[in-house]
Amino acid sequence: MAVAPAEAGGALPELANVHWRRRADERSLRRAGRLWTVSTAAHTVPFVLAALVLGLADPILLPFALLCLVHAWAIPELYAARGARVTKRAGGDRGGSECVALGLLGDLVDHAARELHGRSGLMLEPGRLGVWLVGEAGAMLVRPGGRRVHCYCVRVPDPGLPPSDRLAHLLLALRTDELGFVTVANLAFSGARWRVRRRLRTPARVALDVAARQARRREPPRG
Amino acid sequence: MSRLIRMDRTGHTTVAEWTAGDPTSTEAAVAAFRAELDQGYFALVSQGGSAEQVHELPLDADLVILRRPIAGG
Repeated sequence: MAVAPAEAGGALPELANVHWRRRADERSLRRAGRLWTVSTAAHTVPFVLAALVLGLADPILLPFALLCLVHAWAIPELYAARGARVTKRAGGDRGGSECVALGLLGDLVDHAARELHGRSGLMLEPGRLGVWLVGEAGAMLVRPGGRRVHCYCVRVPDPGLPPSDRLAHLLLALRTDELGFVTVANLAFSGARWRVRRRLRTPARVALDVAARQARRREPPRG
Repeated sequence: MSRLIRMDRTGHTTVAEWTAGDPTSTEAAVAAFRAELDQGYFALVSQGGSAEQVHELPLDADLVILRRPIAGG
């Protein structure tokens, strides 16, 4: 695995700003997913075990055992909530400039993606790594097989841009260099799709379901 | 007529328009293109589901888009 190249042909120029990161690839994505699973287990299992020990030791300790179980449940939920936040709509002017930006964004995608964006605020974009849902302040990748999602915080650092322009920036960067996009973005969550789904607004859930259906048609990554 | 547009706070702005084979309009478009790159914009041509970063104005493209850099949030 090579360090993120800034000048390689077709690579995102933004990679120069994260030169210390290794360029993402299929293997690093799988590893990130496994690490998130291990990390979640490491945060959860000790509390479940503690709850069992306390519960069996003495009935008077049952409230503490329950507290441990709540803790074990809450930590993965908090991570999932952080992942779901990447689909939130950014603030900003949704007046005239937004209409202009929306027109340009609409020209970049097909009718189905436009229609889903109209309902959910998320743009469906098939990629090599899976199926993407691009929002105004982040993106969600549904991996082949549809069971795991990676949520990325990524944005255009210009608060004055209309929301659809922000989304168009992310979409075009993603299309330019998908692996570079993953390298530049910050991973907010990786885990089971159902875990994030519960934390989404209804329109975003619909978009995630559509993305998952497309991702299921692809073979899951091995390893 | 080809267009060079910049995504900005107005939604987008047409920076230049040119017709391949018309030296006056192409020279003006190339100059405008370089000025935008000097301002920190990145230029790309998007076709279908892919986009290509360009460092010289592709005179045969219908639409060239200028975007700001992105960053991890």
